[in-house]
Amino acid sequence: MEAAALPAWRTNLATIGALMSRAKNELLRVPGAAIPGVLAPTIFFLGLNGVFGALTQLKGFETGAYESFIVPVSMLQGAGFTGAAAGVNMARDIEQGWLDRLLVSPAPRWVLLAGTVLAASARALIPATFVLAIALLLGAGWPGVDGLLVTFFMVAAMAAVAACWGSMLALRFKSQSAAPLMQAGMMALILSTTAYAPLALLQGWLETVARVNPVTQVIEAARQGFVGGVTWGGTWPGIAALLGLLLVFGALALREMRRTGA
Amino acid sequence: MSHLALNLRVIRALGLRSIRQTFRRPQLMAPIVVFPTILLAIQTGGAGGAVELPGFPPVQSFLQFMLAGAMMQSLMLAGNSGGIALAVDIEMGFTDRLFAAPISRYAIVLGRLAGTAALGLFASLWFFAIGLAFGAEIAGGVPGALLAIALVTVTAAAVGGIGAAIALRTGSASVVQGLFPLVLVVLFLSSAFFPVGLMIEPAKTIAEYNPFSFIVEGVREPIVSGVDATDTAEALLAIAGIVVLGLALSARALRHRLRVG
Repeated sequence: MEAAALPAWRTNLATIGALMSRAKNELLRVPGAAIPGVLAPTIFFLGLNGVFGALTQLKGFETGAYESFIVPVSMLQGAGFTGAAAGVNMARDIEQGWLDRLLVSPAPRWVLLAGTVLAASARALIPATFVLAIALLLGAGWPGVDGLLVTFFMVAAMAAVAACWGSMLALRFKSQSAAPLMQAGMMALILSTTAYAPLALLQGWLETVARVNPVTQVIEAARQGFVGGVTWGGTWPGIAALLGLLLVFGALALREMRRTGA
Repeated sequence: MSHLALNLRVIRALGLRSIRQTFRRPQLMAPIVVFPTILLAIQTGGAGGAVELPGFPPVQSFLQFMLAGAMMQSLMLAGNSGGIALAVDIEMGFTDRLFAAPISRYAIVLGRLAGTAALGLFASLWFFAIGLAFGAEIAGGVPGALLAIALVTVTAAAVGGIGAAIALRTGSASVVQGLFPLVLVVLFLSSAFFPVGLMIEPAKTIAEYNPFSFIVEGVREPIVSGVDATDTAEALLAIAGIVVLGLALSARALRHRLRVG
């Protein structure tokens, strides 16, 4: 007698869970691999705070504490690095033939991509928590529970965007050599915003780019709790920007996934 | 052919190989050019208002001030990339084949350092080109620019010596790659990106004594105000210190590598 087939949605959820579990195992078995992803945003946070802290003396700064201003940027940078690392891992899986085996399984392509992207979202909470702890120890303002929830939501969603970007490049180039492009792309996207200073204090091309860069809205939403209060008006543009980015990069990654092995 | 001429040919050949290797592998080239260029562009636009802060040294623009920092970042990452490439050679057995050849072992390391120095030269030319294209003036004129280029080139080789020593000692590309964050720490804790006087403690005190701050100032002065003998002498002294450290570590690591194979 044949066993009753599971509904498709349950099979898909189980596959996503298995892929996330595989990513978790990688983290537990090679904990050293997570260190660069944690170290880089922490060094950036400490370095930028020590170097550019005096910028708060400029007229137009929303806060007198640069560590409060810069900490959400470093948390989002951590998300960017983690997402890009998911792309590098996918490129490694392609080089080693692991992805080929996944592609011949009956799992839909979007499920394979979702496993990678959701694992990156969860993993991004590690560097974000570490950077936040260091920042709070150094005197960054407590963002409140609502501020914290908004920031961590932005971090997780930004990691998903970065993972889509990294996966797209991994599937296109099929080589870990594309890693610098994955990292540089995210670095440029996150830093060409109001990362270093408020919009009014940005100069030249950066002011123009920051105005149209959707990640500016993400950073402003994640920053609210650290420099003031959380409002719906300050939050929804960030959510809308992330949804838009996820739609675009998700669609591009899925297109590459469908082309791979077709 | 004399022994010296033979070794010079080896150094030249290995140096050229090292340059070609870097240009062919994006993972080696990106840290040298792409990352410092992105950071230069973003920091210039993001923190450019800093020139209005009381205590900021007189400069034509923040871009002019930042050029030396970008060059330093690039050359330090070139040194790190050189170390990674040498470690890959060790892992793949290429270095073993060179050790078996009738050439000086030091020529093998010097060849790699020659390549790193050439990349430092490339980085200084690249950032001068970017600076000039976006309106930065070189206060010291051509002599000042040449001095800055020379200092960056020599520093690249000096920093490459430390990268090579670690590669020879560990023989592991991932260990050398793991030093990447350390490069950022050294840079942030120097005057590469901001005047020491305006930095926040403890970064300020560390930057005051960081030898890389002296080198940055030696490269920066010809760009922002003209050649200054004291700054140049201090930069040369700091470079000499790094050269001595790199040579001592490399010689020791080379002996270790020859012993363990």
